[in-house]
Amino acid sequence: MRFAVTKVCGGGGKARVGALHIGGGGIAIETPALLLSTRKGLPSFVSCDHLASLPLPDSLLLHVCPTHFMEGPPLKTISNIGGLHHMLGLPDHILVAAAGDSIESLPSSEATNKFGASFDTPSGRRLVKPSDYMELVSCMKPNLWASLADEVPAWVTDKRNKISVDRTLRWLDACIALDADSGTNGFGVIVGGSSVEQRRLCATEVSKRNVSGFWIGGFGLGENIEDRCSLLNAVTDCLPPEKPRLVSRLGLPEEVLEGVAAGIDLFDSTYIYQLTMGGFALIFPIDMVEREIQNGTFNNDGGDSTKINLRASTYRKDTSRLVDSCNCFTCQNHTRAYLNHLLNVHEMLAQILLEIHNTHHYLHFFRSIREAIKVGKFDLFRQQFVKKRRASITAAVL
Amino acid sequence: MNWKRALLTDSGGFQMSPLLHLADITEEGVTFQSPVDGKPMLLTPEESIHIQNNIGADIIMALDDVVKTTITGPRIEEAMYRTLRWIDRCIAAHKKPDVQNLFGIVQGGLDPVLRDICVKGLVERNLPGYAIGGLAGGEDKDSFWRVVAQCTAGLPENKPRYVMGVGYPLDIVVCSALGADMYDCVYPTRTARFGTALVPEGVLKLKQNAMATDERPIDPTCSCMVCKKYTRAYLHCLVTKDAMGSQLLSYHNLSFMMRLSRDLHMSILEGRFPEFVRGFLRVQFPKGDVPQWVRNAMEVAGIDISECCASTKCLTPSIDEQPPLPIPVEANGGVPN
Repeated sequence: MRFAVTKVCGGGGKARVGALHIGGGGIAIETPALLLSTRKGLPSFVSCDHLASLPLPDSLLLHVCPTHFMEGPPLKTISNIGGLHHMLGLPDHILVAAAGDSIESLPSSEATNKFGASFDTPSGRRLVKPSDYMELVSCMKPNLWASLADEVPAWVTDKRNKISVDRTLRWLDACIALDADSGTNGFGVIVGGSSVEQRRLCATEVSKRNVSGFWIGGFGLGENIEDRCSLLNAVTDCLPPEKPRLVSRLGLPEEVLEGVAAGIDLFDSTYIYQLTMGGFALIFPIDMVEREIQNGTFNNDGGDSTKINLRASTYRKDTSRLVDSCNCFTCQNHTRAYLNHLLNVHEMLAQILLEIHNTHHYLHFFRSIREAIKVGKFDLFRQQFVKKRRASITAAVL
Repeated sequence: MNWKRALLTDSGGFQMSPLLHLADITEEGVTFQSPVDGKPMLLTPEESIHIQNNIGADIIMALDDVVKTTITGPRIEEAMYRTLRWIDRCIAAHKKPDVQNLFGIVQGGLDPVLRDICVKGLVERNLPGYAIGGLAGGEDKDSFWRVVAQCTAGLPENKPRYVMGVGYPLDIVVCSALGADMYDCVYPTRTARFGTALVPEGVLKLKQNAMATDERPIDPTCSCMVCKKYTRAYLHCLVTKDAMGSQLLSYHNLSFMMRLSRDLHMSILEGRFPEFVRGFLRVQFPKGDVPQWVRNAMEVAGIDISECCASTKCLTPSIDEQPPLPIPVEANGGVPN
């Protein structure tokens, strides 16, 4: 894997565009980028034929949880099949493995102990030791992997928080030692909870290890939103600029923008899945903000909300597309009324169509972010976006 | 739906069956309790055709008075005659006969006399196509094929015969041998959701423990997307647990059914249909234990499957052992000597 920062947003900002060269085909993924969330390696609803028609190469980046496979197939079988890429039928995709996610592999810090990290999964609570984890990683052969970490929620005691930092560092060293490639594809996980001091300590220590990138964990677990910004920046300030930084569980548009502003390159989030399960479709106009930035004008007649709930009866007879300018399969072929109907009769096609559209839309949001950084207007982009969102939410409430 | 290919809609009659305990079937139509808000709803032949006209499918079905084949008694006769009266109301109500094809449905339970009356009655109305209804409801297979055979013998040669609710691949092969053309069934997708894949040998239950380490595709002879990409071992961990499992298995099962249809079609076109049937049965019944009803049906269909059947005893049953075969009825109502 090779990573290089290609453009930093000027004016003292930390937002940056980079290029991640990875995978057999030598594909270059531009960052900031989104890792699509998966269940047992595949998207929840988008089958491989539709996955191929999502924006490329953006949609090649997938977040895979090794812990989803603890109930099978057996490691030997996974090895025999040739690893994850073969088993999932995704030879060209970039698979990034990390132990926890927000849906099916939730860190249960109260059960984590000195031997391993505990996760709540659909088949019960599982303790994962570094050796178990690295065995999974070596059989699966993902393109990149994050070390096993002890992620704790924001409300734990200082003592517990400190322990989590110690364990995470110990397990990082254990993972690197167990790795056949000595960590060349490994991302070191940084924890530290809500303590700026612990965060800085952990970040500095992880930087000393021979890792190819940084996985910032422990966010999205109950910390104060106001504190998050300073915590995130405290971490990125301690990290070398030439290696990629990923933050986990921060997926809302504003959170992404905040992360990018702090110098984050990659995001792993289940936002798209949550939207889809709720029957929501993203509709915030990305192009408009782009166009406005290019023209230098900023249109403030509000009323553009960011998402619609297709279950609402207002859409029963709405024969318009989700988003007129969207090129995804869903918008090219179906109407809001049809989606409303599918949701009403509990047809899985609703989730399939929504996941396609939401993924498509959100990947384009990330493209816009990159464009804004390239033309040196990221801060403006962010301000306008947040302002529009707040205005429309306020308007909706009033 | 943005579906650019052919569409067929049912009358809504069958879908009401689960609600029939709350229903009242009268000459007017079927009154049942709406599952949405509990209010009484009336589905008449006119209303059914009206709705189907609006949906705009290429083939629409008449509203028939459906009775389960497990029921006996005068109710079956009543339902059959009512179906004939309702077909006239459907025809009268049909606003788009030049773009939508209204099929009549043959009822009459398992009674050959009633079936004969119904077939003749529908044929008189000169409809674009005919369905054989009231089957696929739990009746024994030996009765099932006889009704199909009787109907296909009596229905016009040059119009499609649609066996509703069928079904299992074996049933489709038998009915095709007996002269049926169209089928519909929830089986392929429903069984997929329960983790069962359709294969030439029969079924493959992916939830079984043995599948957890099986690195083969579902069916090595299948060229569908699922069989090209995924192993049984991986699918084993998905099925019944993840939406993707249902999707992938449904995809394969539907591919299987489409391949079966294509194979049946091509084998008939190329004059090797009996050979295809023999091949099909050999793979499904490698021990030669072809069920008796299949043997009986194939005999009436004129397909020699003796080499697929294990015991020679069953090949040419004596007159005493043989169950009575239906008397074929000609289109003009005559009975051959």
